[in-house]
Amino acid sequence: MNTFTTQTAKPPEQVIGRTQLESVVVRFAGDSGDGIQVLGAKFAAATALSGNDLATFPDFPAEIRAPAGTTYGVSAFQINFGGRVIRTPGDAPDVLVAMNPAALKVELPALRSGGLLVIDTGSFSERTLRKAGYAGNPLADGSLEGYRRIEIDVSAMTLGAVKSFGLSQKDALRCKNMWTLGLVYWMYDREREATAAWLRQRFAKQPNVAEANVAAMNAGHAYGETAELSGDLVGCILPPAPIAPGLYRTVTGSEALAWGLMAGAHLAGLRLFFSSYPITPASPILHILTANREAGVETLQAEDEIAAVCAAIGGSYSGAIGVTSSSGPGIALKAEAIGLAVAAELPLVVVDTQRAGPSTGMPTKTEQSDLNLALFGRHGESPVAVLAARSPSDCFDVAVEAIRLATRYMTPVMVLSDGYIANAAQPWNIPDVSEMASFPVRFAEAGRGGDDFLPYRRDPETGARPWAPPGKAGLEHRIGGIEKGADFGHISYDPANHQRMVDERASKIAGIARDIPPQRPELGDEHGALAVVGWGSTYGPINRAVYVSRERGLDVAHIHLRHLNPFPANLGRLLAGYGRVLVAEMNSGQLVGLLRSRYLLPVEGLSKVTGQPFKIEEVQRAILERLELSA
Amino acid sequence: MNVATPPAALKASDFASDQEVRWCPGCGDYAILKAMQKALAEWGARPERTVFVSGIGCSSRFPYYMATYGFHTIHGRAPAIATGVKLANPELDVWVVTGDGDGLSIGGNHMLHVLRRNVDLQVLLFNNEIYGLTKGQYSPTSRVGTRSPSSPQGSVEQPVSPVQFALGAGARFVARAIDTQQKHLISVLKSARSHRGAAFVEIFQNCIVYNDDVFGAFTGRDEAPRRQLFCEDGKPLLFDGGRKGLRLNVPRLSLEAVTLGEDGVGDGDILVHDARNKTLASLLAAMQPPVMPVALGVLYDDPAPTFGRGVDAAAREPARAEALNEMLRRGDTWTVTAASEIA
Repeated sequence: MNTFTTQTAKPPEQVIGRTQLESVVVRFAGDSGDGIQVLGAKFAAATALSGNDLATFPDFPAEIRAPAGTTYGVSAFQINFGGRVIRTPGDAPDVLVAMNPAALKVELPALRSGGLLVIDTGSFSERTLRKAGYAGNPLADGSLEGYRRIEIDVSAMTLGAVKSFGLSQKDALRCKNMWTLGLVYWMYDREREATAAWLRQRFAKQPNVAEANVAAMNAGHAYGETAELSGDLVGCILPPAPIAPGLYRTVTGSEALAWGLMAGAHLAGLRLFFSSYPITPASPILHILTANREAGVETLQAEDEIAAVCAAIGGSYSGAIGVTSSSGPGIALKAEAIGLAVAAELPLVVVDTQRAGPSTGMPTKTEQSDLNLALFGRHGESPVAVLAARSPSDCFDVAVEAIRLATRYMTPVMVLSDGYIANAAQPWNIPDVSEMASFPVRFAEAGRGGDDFLPYRRDPETGARPWAPPGKAGLEHRIGGIEKGADFGHISYDPANHQRMVDERASKIAGIARDIPPQRPELGDEHGALAVVGWGSTYGPINRAVYVSRERGLDVAHIHLRHLNPFPANLGRLLAGYGRVLVAEMNSGQLVGLLRSRYLLPVEGLSKVTGQPFKIEEVQRAILERLELSA
Repeated sequence: MNVATPPAALKASDFASDQEVRWCPGCGDYAILKAMQKALAEWGARPERTVFVSGIGCSSRFPYYMATYGFHTIHGRAPAIATGVKLANPELDVWVVTGDGDGLSIGGNHMLHVLRRNVDLQVLLFNNEIYGLTKGQYSPTSRVGTRSPSSPQGSVEQPVSPVQFALGAGARFVARAIDTQQKHLISVLKSARSHRGAAFVEIFQNCIVYNDDVFGAFTGRDEAPRRQLFCEDGKPLLFDGGRKGLRLNVPRLSLEAVTLGEDGVGDGDILVHDARNKTLASLLAAMQPPVMPVALGVLYDDPAPTFGRGVDAAAREPARAEALNEMLRRGDTWTVTAASEIA
């Protein structure tokens, strides 16, 4: 374990020759095989260690090994970091690092005008230009005017730096990403030790590969320090962000979600039984939990999505907390079994890491289009609790809350994450699990004899039935998906009983509203001209857009929902206090429809279904339009 | 001094729940239910440790009539749910009750995987070659030509053989029994239970309403002795009161039914059953009347490591806070201190 110490609000240091910036957006782009994601992740880690706040956005192709040099094989990693609170990976990059012509071709349009281009000229040849679809050479034809440019033959520099390690030409060129990382470390005044330590650990069995990579990184750094550059390459410094004191690490949404499930099971005093089927972008949760099997976790890679949810239900039946996870196509397959958990009234957590649909859609691209699926995607009257995570670190808290609700109310709980949150990283103030509020589960106690036990007698406060896993004498009972008579749980086709059971299952879920905090605005007042409402991963862009708009004196608030079913009890009243309500969501208006029908309010929508997160600027423009129209 | 009181011995009736059994009068399921209750009582099973998991169909009502833990789930998924039940609590004795439609049509995939994973549970497949609860459509085990509401001209699909499917899926215990043969059925159920790993039992079950007497060719009073062969490990494969037996036809690599004393056939020519021989099990499973007898009993029993046994004991206990804290702090971390503390 490497630990480092940093501090907040350090008095700004004047470093000769370095420009002070508040925040920067850097985008690394290259071929799938260029190690762009590693480069980005390491830069993020070093940036976090420097005390900056940050948000990242890995943007990679679906193809595992796309043909080299093609535009569809371009892998990118964007990071926004700085000395203020960072909510999003940033809109337009200030800096684009392009490792080949295809990356330049794909990513250049996003670079802000006047932005800085760092280009590996060594990767530019007639063949690679043609492969990227360039008729001429953009380095020579003037098409890059309007940008500041640093052109370096990174390939040659890297080969030179690692020459003494005796690697093959191919392996030597693999160090290009580390050379580039070294240069960017110099640009932003980052420490290299943590990366060097990581490289030596990563390549422990190939010490010469490790040392070659370290040497490449050092060479890139030295290049920044010493090269006679034309003034375009200026070292920058970013003051530490105002971050709450504590012990930090970087965390992705998948990590936080997996760890939150483990913490939630611990707080409930239960073992975690996790069962899923591989699917993009949800699989990392399975990988992380399987790697932590020693800590009260049992995992199963099931034969299909249906088996995955069914095994999880079986796990809950046996007294563990059963959890399954997937993305849209898999959640659709699980629908019938989730209905069984509704009827059997067993705890179950279903994680949906949403991706662009319908059908296979765009597996590696993000979307929020499964809200209706989560809320309504089952036959019969089958309400479940639905939660959404707003950021990578929030996944931890939401996973804990999902297990609390599932066990307290004996119900399935859907957790909505998405491809963006799952892969994005941010600094996280690591909680002390022993200090978190626990919610121990109490299994049913043995009564006097077999049939005295009433498996469907409800708790008067929560409406939940008792949980009686097999193993205890005197509690033997039979449950199932057929409608059950109240209290006894025997099969019942009695009309009045069915009405009663439907009503009781509904009021049990509705009653969760009494057990969750009232909704408060994230920013702004509890009434005003405009509220921008969001849920899930739109938190970052909405929050930043509202913050900036309020700085400019606009009367706008940000409301962000974690609980999507049931809604917080005061939500209708709160929304009614604004002149206009705008819902920004990455679908065609699913929450908009829900809020309109629930509260009869003229809620408006801001939709985006491109597979890409909102840009701050898009939300800001919508705010401005609404407020100008109202004026 | 505390003396542990051994649990009272239970009778078959102690395994019957208070629920009225609602199968059609004369249904083969009654006989299987009775055999199950007797088998558990004879075994000395504890109701609180016993779980029946079923899917959907006539057979899947089974758990309601057992005074054990029971979970009547959804169509075809019982093997998957039972896998979760067993993995989350390996101490439980888990039984899957399914039918030919539930287990081999809508749930065929789960059946394949529960067997190949070798989850330590028993699968009882009640085969009546018809969809009973949906009123008589042909099923995946129906013979070609089965007339039903959904196949008025006779079905054209080739049936699947449950025991051959199970062997193909990698099951390490495969057995077959007939609903009405109580004594034999009970002994098969007990063998299945004592086998460690997934045990697959096909039970020929007569549907008196939609497919009556479909197994008559080998269960009828007159045909039974000539058409039923009971496999016993280490014993010669004889039938028809010991008059006939199975001989290996080496050039054709197949079994043939021969009569002792005819054409020079002696005791030494008859194959001896070896329950660990999968090739023999496959040949036995493939036998069909009227040319050959139907093989009953334990066709194959060759235990292998079961699924989930390799899991750390620690996974069986809830995680400790210290272990979680340690996990969350693995890798690169950094401490942020307040500015005031530095000054």
